[in-house]
Amino acid sequence: MKYMLLIYADENSYNDGEREECFVESIELTHDLSARGQYLAANPLQSVTTATSVRVQNGKRLVTDGPFAETREQLGGYFLVDATDLNDAISIAARIPGARKGTVEVRPVVELTGLPKTGELVGAVAK
Amino acid sequence: MVNRPGHRPQLQFLSRLAKRWTMSTSASAIDVRSAVGEFYRTESRRVFATLVRLLGDFDLAEEAVHDAFAAALKQWPTEGVPENPRAWLVSAGRFKAIDGMRRRARFDASLGELAERIEARTSASGGADLDLVEDDRLRLIFTCCHPALAPEHQVALTLREVCGLTTEAIASAFLVTPATLAQRIVRAKAKIRDAGIPYQVPSREELPDRIETVLQVVYLVFNEGYSASSGDALTRPDLSREAIRLGRLLLELLPESEVIGLLALMLLHESRRAARTSATGEIVLLDDQDRSLWNREQIAEGESLVERAMASADVGPYVIQAAIAAVHASAENAKATDWAQIVSLYDLLTRVVPSPVVELNRAVAVAMRDGPTAGLSAIDAILDRGELVDYHLAHAARADLCRRLGRTADARNAYKQALSLARQEPERRFLEGRLAELA
Repeated sequence: MKYMLLIYADENSYNDGEREECFVESIELTHDLSARGQYLAANPLQSVTTATSVRVQNGKRLVTDGPFAETREQLGGYFLVDATDLNDAISIAARIPGARKGTVEVRPVVELTGLPKTGELVGAVAK
Repeated sequence: MVNRPGHRPQLQFLSRLAKRWTMSTSASAIDVRSAVGEFYRTESRRVFATLVRLLGDFDLAEEAVHDAFAAALKQWPTEGVPENPRAWLVSAGRFKAIDGMRRRARFDASLGELAERIEARTSASGGADLDLVEDDRLRLIFTCCHPALAPEHQVALTLREVCGLTTEAIASAFLVTPATLAQRIVRAKAKIRDAGIPYQVPSREELPDRIETVLQVVYLVFNEGYSASSGDALTRPDLSREAIRLGRLLLELLPESEVIGLLALMLLHESRRAARTSATGEIVLLDDQDRSLWNREQIAEGESLVERAMASADVGPYVIQAAIAAVHASAENAKATDWAQIVSLYDLLTRVVPSPVVELNRAVAVAMRDGPTAGLSAIDAILDRGELVDYHLAHAARADLCRRLGRTADARNAYKQALSLARQEPERRFLEGRLAELA
């Protein structure tokens, strides 16, 4: 099963050194997952101060500054992984450095048929 | 992976029973029918646990259990009770489920594929292996008590699926409507399916955390029966009995020290049930209880379990709490209680699980050991930190110590505060009674 691991934390709780360390550790984790065939994608997000919210109402585009919801902890990054079951996904989530600062939300992914294959897309871009 | 006791008296009994019936041709159909009923009572949850593994779905398994017992009711009276009734029931349930899916596959092709997969993955004798079957019961417990499920869903699902209580019985025990309770069970099953909660006994590394959740569920059920959180009655004995039964099952499957500790704790609390309320349903405090009403059998069993658990390398919170209950149980009256030992056990408990509630209990024991003044300052220290200010028992304990010190006005204020926070009727009547005495 595919799981989205959403990392929520107070982004101001990291100093530069900690953020750097968090990236290094996260990259290590992606390689470890990749070696087991479980890695699909992962990215940290820019600060929530860069967030823009978009809504379309009655065909009219409504663009506002800021995230969807103002909360103490913000979405700061994600891992998309292939795990055998929820227990496996939870074990991976527990290894994400952000879990020590904030919360990792584990969400099973709805697998739609008919989506373009990520691998092919990457191949096409590389050509 | 998990230690299991080698002795399984119930199974031996069952196979003896089965042999007797198969060999004796004179067994009447009525006997066999009542035997099916008996098997249903003792075996249906085991058969269910195995069918969940084989079929990979709670609802399919539930339906298969009913079909299997219906088939037994039809076939056993004429064909005799099979040599291994449990394996027969599992295999009948599996067959009926696959058969049913194939029939419905005319309308939904995916069911046909599912039936093929289940048939290929499992064998007809998949339920016969004894270790696997015992593991199935553990799998069921750990799945129902998965920490990814909401606590009230864990409780509802465990009582429904592991204990086999009806939705109506669980709903009335927790003072919710059957519809609400049914909704909880539906949601929990949906999460198990959609979030991919596996039907597994956790790995060695995960086991301690996961056992903790299971024990919490069992203790929650016990406490709801022993000291209902709201409502007219102080206790609901059925829930406590069910929790003790669950505790015994867990101990049989997983003899870890905290599992022993929890069973001991429940037995030692339960032993006081008859003495905890007066004939008119009023609360009788531990100090004032008629100890001749305490259940000696449960105390003896609890004490020997505590000894067994204390011998293990690391003692956890349930073992320590059981040890405290055992010290109370061994005293002839409140005064003769070894309060020094109780305080030191609370010290240990505070180190293992620091919590203001544990500190409050320790403060009460300190008051018994060193006098009310010492206890009162310990309670005030907790309240001054802003902790337990909304906990009625903190104010009730404070009130009692003020009363004993002759500080009547302070005692009255504290009782009033406790009363404003208490929600259970017998507790409220008790507090009102104390308040009236101080008028």
